Amino acid sequence: MKFVMTTAVLPWLAIAPLFAPAVEVDRAVLDAESHRVAVVEKAKASVVAIFSADGGGGGSGVIVTRDGYVVTNFHVAQPCGAAMKCGLPDGRLYNAVIVGLDPTGDVGLIRILGREDFPAAPLGDSDLSRAGDWVFVMGNPFLLADDFQPTVTYGILSGVHRYQYPAGTLLEYTDCLQTDAAINPGNSGGPLFDDEGRVIGIVGRGSFEKRGRVSVDVGYAISINQVKNFMGHLRSGRIVDHATLGARVAFDEDQRVVVTDILEGCDAYRRGLRYGAEILRFGGRTIDSPNAFKNVLGIFPKGWQVPLSFRHSGQRHDVVVRLQGVHSEEELIEKASGEGLKPPGPKPKPTPRTPGDRPGEKRPGDKPPDMPGPNPDSEPRKSAGRATPMPAVVKKSYEARRGYANYFFNRENRERVWKAWTARTNPAGLEGTWRITAQLANQNPLWLELGPSSAELRTGNGQWKWSGQTEGEEVTSPPGSGGLLLALHLWRRLVVLGPEGFGEVYYEGTVPRRGHDALLESLVGLHAGVECRFLFDPRQGHLVHLEMSPDEEVDPCEIEFVDPCEVEGRWLPGRMRVRRGDEVFAELKLEKFQFAEASK
Amino acid sequence: MSVGMGRTRCLSGLLLLLAAAPLCAAPRSGSLAEPIGRVQPKIVKIYGAGGYHGLEAYQSGITISPEGHILTVFSYVLDSDEISVSLQDGRKFKARLLGADPRMDVAVLKIDAGELPAFDLQQAVEAEAGTRVLAFSNLFGVATGNEPVSVQQGTIAVRTELDARRGTFQTPYHGPVYVLDVTTNNPGAAGGALVDRQGRLLGMLGKELRNAQNSTWLNYAIPIAELRQSVSEIRAGKFVARDEGSKRDKPAKAASLAQWGVVLIPDILPRTPPYVDQVEAGSAADRAGLRADDLVMLVGDRLVQSCKALREALEYVDFEDQVKLTVLRRQELLEFTLQGAGGRGQKE
Repeated sequence: MKFVMTTAVLPWLAIAPLFAPAVEVDRAVLDAESHRVAVVEKAKASVVAIFSADGGGGGSGVIVTRDGYVVTNFHVAQPCGAAMKCGLPDGRLYNAVIVGLDPTGDVGLIRILGREDFPAAPLGDSDLSRAGDWVFVMGNPFLLADDFQPTVTYGILSGVHRYQYPAGTLLEYTDCLQTDAAINPGNSGGPLFDDEGRVIGIVGRGSFEKRGRVSVDVGYAISINQVKNFMGHLRSGRIVDHATLGARVAFDEDQRVVVTDILEGCDAYRRGLRYGAEILRFGGRTIDSPNAFKNVLGIFPKGWQVPLSFRHSGQRHDVVVRLQGVHSEEELIEKASGEGLKPPGPKPKPTPRTPGDRPGEKRPGDKPPDMPGPNPDSEPRKSAGRATPMPAVVKKSYEARRGYANYFFNRENRERVWKAWTARTNPAGLEGTWRITAQLANQNPLWLELGPSSAELRTGNGQWKWSGQTEGEEVTSPPGSGGLLLALHLWRRLVVLGPEGFGEVYYEGTVPRRGHDALLESLVGLHAGVECRFLFDPRQGHLVHLEMSPDEEVDPCEIEFVDPCEVEGRWLPGRMRVRRGDEVFAELKLEKFQFAEASK
Repeated sequence: MSVGMGRTRCLSGLLLLLAAAPLCAAPRSGSLAEPIGRVQPKIVKIYGAGGYHGLEAYQSGITISPEGHILTVFSYVLDSDEISVSLQDGRKFKARLLGADPRMDVAVLKIDAGELPAFDLQQAVEAEAGTRVLAFSNLFGVATGNEPVSVQQGTIAVRTELDARRGTFQTPYHGPVYVLDVTTNNPGAAGGALVDRQGRLLGMLGKELRNAQNSTWLNYAIPIAELRQSVSEIRAGKFVARDEGSKRDKPAKAASLAQWGVVLIPDILPRTPPYVDQVEAGSAADRAGLRADDLVMLVGDRLVQSCKALREALEYVDFEDQVKLTVLRRQELLEFTLQGAGGRGQKE
């Protein structure tokens, strides 16, 4: 606070001798000032100064949970590697560990270690922000706060829903907030607060040009609503991907936003989107320009389902589309690393520098801060900070694994979700064949038999079988379901074997379900080339949804588990709604479960 | 149970109301969103020449009549046959350079539109140091299409004369300016509007200006009062390019540059800027003080943006009449009077 106080007091000292006797300051002005001072004082506690382990670089961040999760920029967190140091305004320096990275959106999540009662900043709703709202930025510009007291700069929002082009597919600022509050190198990753001290953005970029890399009162912040959408994914310890619709749009000659290119394998195409269709609404917003479309696309993670309205051949369509990833896994790993977030080995080699970095300029105490702008100088700086041995407390929270920023957090979340489920449903005794009696919507009976390597469905009209193959016709049996039998088998497989025994199962993060606002926790399992997504209710722990896709380019079979009820100490679904694409395949009322003894 | 439920419902209804209240109160307390919302539709994005060597191909403008007059700065961006203007309602127009007064660095464009939200220059106000202001412009070309231009807030630090710093700031404009405490004059910002907190027009943001001695950049706006006369003269037909003016008869024998000893650079581009290549020693132009590398801006009151336009302008000048040339030399505007042939006008 020292710094803030000093700047606030100086102008008064200068003015006081001239005006003090005569001027009576309006009560409202004094009230506004004391309110502002109080808000800044309160907000300050959550602002973090981030330094690489060797002190050679850094930026800013903001604490968003009491257990120490800190949001910052990708381009601040990534060069630090797995471990970094965080200075808090209480004057203490904490160890921190990398959690998740979003290279496309320029967001990084780290966790400061050592306490469970960190002062977390409240998050605002950036969609309510308007040009002209008063805002303030806090952080560590030019890394000058050796005592970790953040600098505050004040201004208004200059624009909202801005689209700032990426460098390639990296560091794209979609739907961002523009402010005239000074943002300088070192402010990167720090919070943009509204006038009540709620975080509405993460600062990370400025327009720079001929005047050098200092603020020209044109800075940008990633909207906090985008960060909220990605938070579950970032907590998964993964390198998370952004989304594409699988279609490109542009203005036509009548200034309508139309599809100019579309991939036939994408979900939007299966939902009826075609070349020349006019985009009306997307993600709950009216689309009146290609930038508006790109803004919506940029705020959602890969795999989320988002409402889309379009007009094609005079007909309006309102659908929900599943967004696909922008990058392949390999591309993403490459983007997130440069060299990669390799675990610090006993003797790591110095990292090669990027062209934007000038070697040999660094002197002791000279910490070149780091911030991207629209010029080539903006490449994230690679810190040479990995020579520092990892502190023991960080080691306990870090596990290197290819494709992950920190696999430790993935394992932890996966175990947490599974534990919450097994707390209600004891999987012991379910190893044998499951026999389920159910009733269809038309009250006709249906029988299911789920064995260790087969599944069978019988109705009055016929019977269908899956006998263990993961290729061929049986995979999508019964016809029209997208593979209900295989999906049920994978359900049973997860229940019986657990995530460890299932195959490769990772914690994806949080995703919404069509028609629901609440986010669900997602485990993704891979078994014999078939991907299956299991969604759990974060409050109750129930498994509420399952999606099985034997092939990316066709609609998955989706099972919604509803009306869970307790049967002999186990929580089992009372009903199942089976859906494929836009069609409901079947609604089943589950009347009776029988679990046979496991065969030896 | 039913009672309990009822109470819960009541409570949750109340809670909902309470929660909804702050959302419905449109602008946040003290937010400047309201005046900003009124001003933004009157600011336009202008696109023209440039796009290389760090010269942005865009700038900002202010609508000053409902029928499509646009006030902006006179710059290389307008040195194009293809000037386009984007409005905040998303419409895009081809714009005509109605005219420009190089002495004031001001230009007026015209688009064929009607019922535009516009400032009335007669309603513009004056302000003193300490006035809190808003600056609107499309700096860095951040906004495109229907996106509102950027807005910044600050204070008038001082109202002063720019020509007090002659030789420091290279600009043809030497007159009063509002100096601002916020970095308003960024690339693309020139031609934007400076308004007070009530949204009343105060000035037009000028071009980027760097102090040649200490490399600092000036953030300033030209008071509207300084621009009014030029604007009304341009709208009345002065400082316009030839085809915009009234049709006059050409004289039987027209003036030519050769008679004063002036040679322009070779006319090889569609719009070759009319730079003086040579001035014959001892010629009338030489004696008047014209020099090589001078850029001719005006012939009389006629705006000339190319060698061709300069020659055409001279076609309307009798070879015996005196003519006034306004040229730009190292960002300074200089005027030279050249006597007609045969000694008409003032004798040497």
